[in-house]
Amino acid sequence: MSEIVLEGITKRFPDGTEAVKDMDLDIEDGEFIILVGPSGCGKSTALRMIAGLEDISDGKVRIGDEVVNEKAPKDRDIAMVFQTYALYPHMTVGENMAFPLKLAKVPQEEIDSKVEEAARILDLTDHLDRKPANLSGGQRQRVAMGRAIVRDPKAFLMDEPLSNLDAKLRVQMRTEVSRIQSQLGTTTVYVTHDQTEAMTLGDRVAVMRSGVLQQVGSPGELYGHPTNLFVAGFIGSPAMNFMPGELSGDSVKTPLGELRLPDEVRTAIEKGDGGGGSVIVGIRPESFEDASLVGDARERGTTFTAKVDLVEQMGAEQYAYFHLEGTEVQSDELRELAQDAGADEVPSSGEGQVVARLEAASDVRRGTEAELWVDLTKLHFFDPSSGRNLAHT
Amino acid sequence: MERGSREYAMWSIAILLVLAFAMVPLLWIISVSLKEPATIAEGTNFGNTFIPQKITFDNYTTLFEGGIDNSPFIKPLINSILIALISTVIAIVLAAFAAYAIARLNFPGKTLILAGALAIAMFPAISTVGPLFDMWRALGLYDTYPGLIIPYLTFALPLAIYILVAFFREIPWDLEQAAQVDGATPLQAFRKVIVPLAAPGVFTAAILVFIFAWNDFLFAISLTSSDASRTVPAALAFFTGESQFTEPTGNIAAAAVIVTVPIVVFVLFFQRRIVAGLTAGAVKG
Repeated sequence: MSEIVLEGITKRFPDGTEAVKDMDLDIEDGEFIILVGPSGCGKSTALRMIAGLEDISDGKVRIGDEVVNEKAPKDRDIAMVFQTYALYPHMTVGENMAFPLKLAKVPQEEIDSKVEEAARILDLTDHLDRKPANLSGGQRQRVAMGRAIVRDPKAFLMDEPLSNLDAKLRVQMRTEVSRIQSQLGTTTVYVTHDQTEAMTLGDRVAVMRSGVLQQVGSPGELYGHPTNLFVAGFIGSPAMNFMPGELSGDSVKTPLGELRLPDEVRTAIEKGDGGGGSVIVGIRPESFEDASLVGDARERGTTFTAKVDLVEQMGAEQYAYFHLEGTEVQSDELRELAQDAGADEVPSSGEGQVVARLEAASDVRRGTEAELWVDLTKLHFFDPSSGRNLAHT
Repeated sequence: MERGSREYAMWSIAILLVLAFAMVPLLWIISVSLKEPATIAEGTNFGNTFIPQKITFDNYTTLFEGGIDNSPFIKPLINSILIALISTVIAIVLAAFAAYAIARLNFPGKTLILAGALAIAMFPAISTVGPLFDMWRALGLYDTYPGLIIPYLTFALPLAIYILVAFFREIPWDLEQAAQVDGATPLQAFRKVIVPLAAPGVFTAAILVFIFAWNDFLFAISLTSSDASRTVPAALAFFTGESQFTEPTGNIAAAAVIVTVPIVVFVLFFQRRIVAGLTAGAVKG
């Protein structure tokens, strides 16, 4: 167990493209940190640089007290779980898990006891003599985990370990991974493109975009105080709604109407050096509510009416989709997010659509005009050119 | 239904014809090898030409008469086995490393190496025999094991490299990286993870190289002059009859059977693997 420190690491490929740019990250001993971002953001490359599978073009990686830049993967004392699991097909489950110990020339009895223990933790005891080909996806995933934990390494590196599982199993394994990690208390770096996984698993989450670290923080911080448009749009499901706004004095003109800003929001923006002019307004779906269901909180917000296009009934809650005139926002960051989400392939998605999360008790129907309420204290304001959160200090 | 069974019959006949075409020479050799030397040329109809009237193993036993020093067959058989085996082992080891590098690494001149290997494999062997003969005599390699092993390697390596590249390409790179993270040196990762997974390919390549070296007549007859290194195919040509008026046909047939049967059995036994090896990479690039 050790801390891992990335000091300005950069990965430059021979053709000049930079997959990771000047990344700084302190990972504490025993911490579970998630690297998250859309595909191609450099998160896997960063992980592989820690593992030693990619050369480091610039900067330093320290594991414990040592700079490991020049060390081969085998000398870094880390264990990695691959997206494909990378189980050795010619070895049984037991041999797969024993392989790293055999290479380390651990005595046979110790190997047996460690493999047995790992198998017990992962519920693989009955399968030790089987070959990976005869296992289900979930079992294979557990073998890959087992191969990592038998070694008691300084750190676990996991490269999208759950993305090949079906949705239900993924949720189960997610809790499993987090249970094992807290049980063993080993420093873990976990790469995923799934923000739900990132939010549920990590002590801290590091969001990356095109090789640049955007924000590092606890899931709550990222959700409540995103540092820029990209993080705001990436974290949260359904995603934050964005619309253009014109800030002047203590009010903001938006497609929802002219909104008066509560004092605390106003001061936060002033502190964060947001004078006025055009902004991008971000509203989380849960900042909306059916106006008829808002009680005492009514003061904090304002109401408006909109024609509901679609209602998704989730049981405990429902999502209402509606359109507002002039909600189109131009931003590279948002375009990138939309592309990553595959919006290009669904012709009518996105553009000007707003999602509101309403209580299950709401009787909003599709195709009707509904009166909705929005919490003004929960608005986010972003600079349209830089994407910076104006209230962020 | 009727059309189905007629088609079935047609196919059966076609297959039988092909089989007969391929098998008759082999069966005939076996038949000749079992006849008494004096009766080999006897018989006017198919029945007594093709099927020996009296079966004898004399042709086989005389091959081994006189022990290693005097038998015309034992020493060449040993030469054949050793030369083919050594060629196979060296070819497979070299080809495995070369193929691994070609499949895994990007280095300048990679396509050139593959193209070069292919070009060498297409060289007419006969055109190299003359120069080799002179060179080998000058270098002292004439009539030695290395004198045969080197040309065999030249022609067998490209084939082995091609087969192994196809196999290595199908092994996910993740496995090797997993092995490295698990604490293996690159060589350990290669030996303990990559090679076992490429075993069918290694096997296929090995069999084909072995057969090539085992069957070669051209180099064997041109680059050897004595039992020191003469292999069986060449030695057959030097068999003599009991007197200068008798042809050693029976003995030659017996020797041919002895060197053919193991290969046939081998290939039949491993044919699935060989076919799989030859077509690997053909569909899934």
